[in-house]
Amino acid sequence: MLMTLVEKILAQKVGHDVRPGQLVMTPVDQIFAHDLSGPLAITQLRSLGFSGFKHPEKVRFFLDHASPSSTVTSANEHKTIREFAAEWGVELIDVGEGICHQIMMERYARPGEIIIGGDSHTCTGGVLAALATGMGSTDTAVAMYLGRTWLRVPETMRFVISGKLPRGVYSKDVMLYMIGTIGSGGATYRSMEFVGPALSGWSVPERAVLPNMAVEAGAKCGLCPSDDKTRDYLTQQGRAGDYAPLAGDPDAPCAFEMKIDASTLEPQVALPHNVDLAVGVTDAKVRDVRVHQVYLGTCTNGRIEDFRIATGILKGNRIANGTRLIATPASRQVYLQGLKEGLWTSIIEAGGLVNSPGCGACPGVQTGILGSGENCLSTMNRNFKGRMGNPEAFIYLASPATCAASALTGVITDPREVVQ
Amino acid sequence: MNERGRAWLFADNISTDLIFPGRYVHLLSNMPELVQHTLEDARSDYATSVKPGDFVVAGDNFGMGSSREQAPVIIKLSGARAVLAKSFARIFFRNAINVGLAAIEVDTTGINEGDSLSVDLAAGHVKDHTNGIERRFEPLPPIMTEILADGGLIEHIRKHGDFNL
Repeated sequence: MLMTLVEKILAQKVGHDVRPGQLVMTPVDQIFAHDLSGPLAITQLRSLGFSGFKHPEKVRFFLDHASPSSTVTSANEHKTIREFAAEWGVELIDVGEGICHQIMMERYARPGEIIIGGDSHTCTGGVLAALATGMGSTDTAVAMYLGRTWLRVPETMRFVISGKLPRGVYSKDVMLYMIGTIGSGGATYRSMEFVGPALSGWSVPERAVLPNMAVEAGAKCGLCPSDDKTRDYLTQQGRAGDYAPLAGDPDAPCAFEMKIDASTLEPQVALPHNVDLAVGVTDAKVRDVRVHQVYLGTCTNGRIEDFRIATGILKGNRIANGTRLIATPASRQVYLQGLKEGLWTSIIEAGGLVNSPGCGACPGVQTGILGSGENCLSTMNRNFKGRMGNPEAFIYLASPATCAASALTGVITDPREVVQ
Repeated sequence: MNERGRAWLFADNISTDLIFPGRYVHLLSNMPELVQHTLEDARSDYATSVKPGDFVVAGDNFGMGSSREQAPVIIKLSGARAVLAKSFARIFFRNAINVGLAAIEVDTTGINEGDSLSVDLAAGHVKDHTNGIERRFEPLPPIMTEILADGGLIEHIRKHGDFNL
């Protein structure tokens, strides 16, 4: 029987064939929550009469959203989580370590696993061919408590990406283009499966944008195959033993298929206040839009490869007067590597600032809240009204290259004007 | 669930950032205050004027974005009897049922602001008493019907000791 990747993962877990639309009870391999979803998950565990984890090695708590704590409330919630983790012997990933999704990718997620996280961007784990999906605090707590959850087997939407990326165009642009095409509800309840000759040539960090943003099209999960690039990445992370090849059958029936020739794309920008409002950077709607703040980072584009691209443009230049540049590495590993490569020096000398690893300005609770009427251009994954803490501000989304080029000019700028 | 309530109309793509703005995250330990900001960035008059038993009525993709479970919690605490939408984002949908808020996927075209509505959840039936529109909707999957009937997921697990699938 031909199966898509999500069907293979689920069939292997539940021990029988599955079909889209079916409800299944499945064991869960890893479960995590963070400082915004964790406190309620802990409350719910306690109300279930929780008295210890059967498999504490499957459970983790991350302090990444308001990190380090930004208010007395967040400081006390961090304290609650630290004490709970210590009491019940589960791993706590404390402030300064980075964003849960980046750390799951660097250290923990494995091909074929089922991962439940109390955060919508949990789907990032799909870059390693794990069925990783976001849920609320109560579902997360129950998955921690029982070690299993129920899922509806999703239909698959296959995205076949071919062609060489043109100069100044990156995987972020491809994903913005795909979401712009199918819409922000275009993959609701479904699995987005990313394949094709272009994707086969991309490294895992390059691919990660795609599953990360799958939820921006409403998807339950976004999956990449586990292949040679996956093995390279896991080996580089000292986890060669975690590698296992895994891919959907290319001819498996699916609900939808879209072919994308990446060589025809131009850099993309998503307009406020929705991710699916993507246009080409040369579109009149974004030309010369004034940028008050540029934010580089997040679980979407806060990796070392992203900062190499951005600093390649920023190095030796000055950002525009009246534009702020904030950079936040996604993890401590990225932070240390950027330090060794002098990337932060380039950002600081260009007039920007670098924050400690974590979600930074993205959730709108700290370090970069926007003023009323201001425009932010960011590498993040969503631009909803109020996202960065102020409903009177405007958020545009783009690649690290477009963001860096725009920081130099102070207006939204085509990176092909500066990328060699 | 046949009592009537007023329709509060919302657009497509109502994000959880609009339902529960991140800038109020410091109010998580103060739910009565947080509820005063329910859906504030979508329309500021909702939280101040909604009456118990009213209905939130929306277009497509209601609840998109962040998984913050307080989004359906504060809609429920604001007094809304149910959310009616053409479609829901999946995390919100699951969260709503888990916290005991009825999320009903139904064609909301033609329902106007302020209309008097009633919903029969068991029969899968919505009636707009102001303009006479009647719509049917598909029942929830059995597991979700049970969770909702038990009053939410925690109550469901306490009652059965496990998912009762």
